[in-house]
Amino acid sequence: MKTVQSSEITAAVKKLAMSASCDLEPDILDAILAARDREKSPLAKNALDMLVTNANIASREQIPVCQDTGIGVVFVSIGQEVFVEGNLEEAIQEGIRAGYADGFLRKSVCDPVTRKNTGTNVPAVIHLEMVPGNMLRIGFLPKGCGSENMSGLVMLPPSAGIPGVEEYVVQKVKDAGSNPCPPVVVGVGLGGTFEKAALLAKRSLMRPLGNPNPDPGVAEIEERILQRINREGQGVMGWGGVNTAMAVHMETYPTHIASLPVAVNIQCHAHRHKEIEL
Amino acid sequence: MDIEKHKPTSDKGFFENLKPVTIPFEEGILQTLKAGDLISLTGVLFTGRDQTHRRLVALLDEGRDLPVNLQGQLLYYVGPSPAKEGQVIGAAGPTTSYRMDAYTPRLLELGLKGTLGKGSRSMPVREAMIKHGAVYFATVGGAGALLSKSIIKSELVAFEDAGPEALFRFEVENFPAVVINDLEGNDYYEMVTAERLGVKYEKTI
Repeated sequence: MKTVQSSEITAAVKKLAMSASCDLEPDILDAILAARDREKSPLAKNALDMLVTNANIASREQIPVCQDTGIGVVFVSIGQEVFVEGNLEEAIQEGIRAGYADGFLRKSVCDPVTRKNTGTNVPAVIHLEMVPGNMLRIGFLPKGCGSENMSGLVMLPPSAGIPGVEEYVVQKVKDAGSNPCPPVVVGVGLGGTFEKAALLAKRSLMRPLGNPNPDPGVAEIEERILQRINREGQGVMGWGGVNTAMAVHMETYPTHIASLPVAVNIQCHAHRHKEIEL
Repeated sequence: MDIEKHKPTSDKGFFENLKPVTIPFEEGILQTLKAGDLISLTGVLFTGRDQTHRRLVALLDEGRDLPVNLQGQLLYYVGPSPAKEGQVIGAAGPTTSYRMDAYTPRLLELGLKGTLGKGSRSMPVREAMIKHGAVYFATVGGAGALLSKSIIKSELVAFEDAGPEALFRFEVENFPAVVINDLEGNDYYEMVTAERLGVKYEKTI
């Protein structure tokens, strides 16, 4: 049995929140650079250049990469041999509260009925998962909602098959147009149930960018969807070119014989994601 | 981060060869702007996003005065992150514009001449823009740190309790943008689509 103090969790989440907003991970920067190198449209190339400059300024001066520092989405994988001293949920929320205050990050969380801002960016959305072992992993995804708003879910009939799945995803990205800040990352959840598909789509965004699904069959679908999206030619910020999406990540789960749930969670190019292990 | 590896191909990038535009708009300048033009904004603008718009329109519904005169002005859809000590403002890039579509025609009636955000506008907004002689610009989303460098002064005007959705007055210098909707009803996103499909661009409005 390993004991983790709730104060350690708070400190870790605070650090994650602050650094995620200002320091893009190398996988995202590499993808933006690769996009810039293959871009032909001068305006799109300029915009990608601007994103590189933006990332440098953000990191150097610790200014958020984007003013939408998101609603916090926290993935917690807790080992069965870990004992948390104190209140785990409250420890995480406290870390978010402290990180957003001390990091001068935007507080973007409000009541859905009154639209009154909570003023602290809490509560974050927390997904807890029990796993074997004695590690506590915390993944943090501050989710901007310009892209989140472009997401969708459909319960397809099984007869639609993989062609139907691909069509839905491509159409979803096409309909989103310039709204979600392309080049986007497309998270797809396939299978399970209504809520499972949505969670798979979100979780797929935590995968290092462009790493294919380990199942070669699924990886092929990811690649096919990516090629189709980029042939649509909406491009960076909707200004044309070959970079509408940087990656498609698909996660699957067995589903009911009557069902084919597909969830699409769109993420902007300022794809902030960080993980820590305690 | 490896700054050298991530060096931009040009120090100026997007900021090169932009057409200068002063705000509030000078008489006759809007007629010269065409969809697809790259512009550089200098002067004074006001900010507003979802709750700001909701409140402005609520004031109008109640027959009350607005905290700002929007005549001839540019409204920037932004909810900035807070400024640290010594900063003018935190990150301050555009938010998605369609969420303001429900409110925009009312503000155009008051003489608002331009809006700035990202993403496309609804047909009713485009019709209202033509009717009232207004334009729509977009800038690069997700570049809030860089764009904040073009904001040289920030002042809170109204709705402080709305936090990032308060109404601010910004002084900007060489703020880069693209003309999306011009006075003739052209739409740059639709022009890009036509080019991609290899068809002649025709106005949809």
